[in-house]
Amino acid sequence: MTSDQTPGPAAGDAAPVVEATGVGKVFATSGASVNALEGVDLTIRGGEFVSLIGPSGCGKSTLLRLIGDLTAPTTGTILINGKPPARARQDRDYGMVFQAPVLMDWRTIAKNIELPLEIMGFPADERTRRSTDLLRLVELDAFAERHPWELSGGMQQRAAIARALSFDPKLLLMDEPFGALDEMTRERMNAELMSIWRRTGTTIVFVTHSIPEAVFLSTRVVVMSARPGRIAQVIVIDLPAERSVETRESERYFELVTRVREALRQHESTDEVIGTSDAERVRGEGLA
Amino acid sequence: MSRSAARDWAPAIIVFVVVLIAWEVSLLTLGVQSFLIPRPSVIAGSLVTEWPTLIKGVLFTGAEAVGGLIVGVALGTVCGLATSRWASARELLLPVAIGASAIPIIAFAPITLNWFGPESLLPRMTIVAVMVFFPVMVNTIRGLTNVEPAALELLSSYAASESQTLVKLRGPNALPYWFTALRIATTLSVIGAVVGEFFGGPLYSLGIYITLETGHSRYPTAWAAIVLACAMGIGLYLVAVALERLVIPWQAAREMAR
Repeated sequence: MTSDQTPGPAAGDAAPVVEATGVGKVFATSGASVNALEGVDLTIRGGEFVSLIGPSGCGKSTLLRLIGDLTAPTTGTILINGKPPARARQDRDYGMVFQAPVLMDWRTIAKNIELPLEIMGFPADERTRRSTDLLRLVELDAFAERHPWELSGGMQQRAAIARALSFDPKLLLMDEPFGALDEMTRERMNAELMSIWRRTGTTIVFVTHSIPEAVFLSTRVVVMSARPGRIAQVIVIDLPAERSVETRESERYFELVTRVREALRQHESTDEVIGTSDAERVRGEGLA
Repeated sequence: MSRSAARDWAPAIIVFVVVLIAWEVSLLTLGVQSFLIPRPSVIAGSLVTEWPTLIKGVLFTGAEAVGGLIVGVALGTVCGLATSRWASARELLLPVAIGASAIPIIAFAPITLNWFGPESLLPRMTIVAVMVFFPVMVNTIRGLTNVEPAALELLSSYAASESQTLVKLRGPNALPYWFTALRIATTLSVIGAVVGEFFGGPLYSLGIYITLETGHSRYPTAWAAIVLACAMGIGLYLVAVALERLVIPWQAAREMAR
């Protein structure tokens, strides 16, 4: 693989991996029903890195869960590689990474990475080969035989990413994977994820609270607004495909961060209720 | 390993020895009569002289405890598995299980005697099985169902089958809970067997033996039997702990890391 063959914003003519049309989700709780998502249209093409960002209650995690068939839409349709999400799940199209690493304490790191491979019936030597490769990719080769509790939070999350990549899923869904990490670790993880994405070419949908993180990683940032959750604006991130520490200091980067922030603020000002969403916006800015 | 084990056990052993010495010395100096509390040395003497009878009792009562333990733990595990797997099984089994756990053992013991006869191992095995069944079942259910929701979603994203979820996630998650229940069950089993024997059994069985010896004011020998019953409970408990270390070594390691 040559380094200039990178998927980027130019992936516009690749085949669509996610096609959401008129998607809505209503959560019926006791008494009231909550309109979590309304009229969402979104197409994500192969090789894209799309971040979903917005205040709490904007339905960004719900949208990710709908794409991943962890919950079903109330209205509209979602197609994954042209198939219904349930079918895509059966075909093992999804790799998932949550905010918590969700590693099994009774398994070593290598065995945790091999868990999906065991379930999918890969032969033992193939499992070992893949986990060895992936451990190297996420720089955990020295910890293959350790148990999860012996690793730091950042290392655990790297193991979780390796596990999600183990079976070459067509689509990687990440729900605030670095939300629990400190800022330094988070920036390093961003750079690592960037290089993993460039090497594997996997399509990634990424939920985050952090504006800098969204801008640094993505080819497109989907800004969402709350009550009801909907897509407010889609911002194309036209930074060079090769991103590094310098990217974070470039003028274009700051312009884009400002654009995303303003898009968020603009759509939030229509909200009557602030509170938690406001607090999270401030937190997001604090990271800038 | 053995050196660190020795270090782990040393405080408990020291406390035990100190208590024995204090017991011995204080009774000697205060002149407490042996029918109230015999001195440890007197109990030890009875242990030696009555050993041939006592060992028969230990073997008999031990067989009841272990037999009942195996049956009760097996039933509790199977019912726990069924209950957490099928909602219909939960509705069917849980009320029965709660009912079984609410049976007053003292009222139940004479009935089991009537079923199987006092010389048989079965009356006490039944009592022990009924006693240990419930904690094992409850802990098995809890271990199988108290799983991180995100872990279930993860397995669902791999399109894992129900049986794969059981083997790869619910089962391993339940093991520490199950072993906790097993530890409780071991000490319960000896208590159940001895109490069950109070209502009938062979003359040498520990429960009957203790009743007879206290009836004849031979307290040191009664105490010797109590010491042995106690040792049996501790022994079974230690076997459970050893088994736990063997099957889920990561659990002890994780606890040590905390």
